Amino acid sequence: MTIGLAHYLAVAAILFTLGIFGIFLNRKNVIIILMSIELMLLAVNINFVAFSTTLHDLVGQVFAMFVLTVAAAEAAIGLAILVVYFRNRGTIRVEDIRMMKG
Amino acid sequence: MILSAIMFYLFAAVAIASGVMVVTARNPVHSVLFLILAFFNAAGLFVLMGAEFLAMILVIVYVGAVAVLFLFVVMMLDIDFAQLRTGAMKYLWVGLPVGLILFFELLFVFASWVLAPNVSAVVAAPVPTAAGFTNTRALGDLLYTRYIFAFQAAGMILLVAMIGAIVLTLRHRAGTRRQVIADQIARQRGETVEIVKVPIGAGIGAEAAE
Repeated sequence: MTIGLAHYLAVAAILFTLGIFGIFLNRKNVIIILMSIELMLLAVNINFVAFSTTLHDLVGQVFAMFVLTVAAAEAAIGLAILVVYFRNRGTIRVEDIRMMKG
Repeated sequence: MILSAIMFYLFAAVAIASGVMVVTARNPVHSVLFLILAFFNAAGLFVLMGAEFLAMILVIVYVGAVAVLFLFVVMMLDIDFAQLRTGAMKYLWVGLPVGLILFFELLFVFASWVLAPNVSAVVAAPVPTAAGFTNTRALGDLLYTRYIFAFQAAGMILLVAMIGAIVLTLRHRAGTRRQVIADQIARQRGETVEIVKVPIGAGIGAEAAE
């Protein structure tokens, strides 16, 4: 009944897989793809913290914090690009995003 | 002990269930709300692991900022989401095998994982065990000393992200009148003030009309 490293790693693995599965399932919707990426980053964070507590090493938590920072920055920039794209083209279908030139 | 086990299974189950709902919900607003729930439960897992500071940061940053940002964008953009979902089943049969293979590979890796016997000798920053030394204080001690440059770099990343988001979404509408301070300062007396001799009995309008 004791909860160890393997339990947390299993939860993180399931969440990570769900993130990848979400990218496949919602191939056309950029917003859900961004959310799936957030889920995957969360799974990575769970892994970092699980190893950190198992090994009694704080560096894992420090690194998890940097992952969190980058995830927040990524979400902000990604959503800003999405808003600008929608303003210019009126759609966010992934298939329509194939032009590098505005 | 048994309570923490129950809490673990509760948090893990709700987190995974809401993760499933994030990727399968028909309405993106529901997706965002389930994402919030997933982050909340992940924060609970963090608390169980003894990383209280990260748990609170997760709640503040993700629930308070990132998820609300998602919610704003989902509600602001006028998108036909039902149309975006057409053909999702077609990709299910690609995504499902890929996801399952990856999941079982990850499980096999974790199941066969053994920590090296002398791993405690190579720990970079041991968790302090002194009484009254909270997780937050320990993290701060580490972050502001050994990882100060990485911390500064993280701040720069956030600054760049902030400026980038503002620059990307800032829009100058045509037809709005803005204050142009340079124009105001550059005005000369001669351009604006005119001394007119007004004849008695005739208005200025008559003078201008001549």
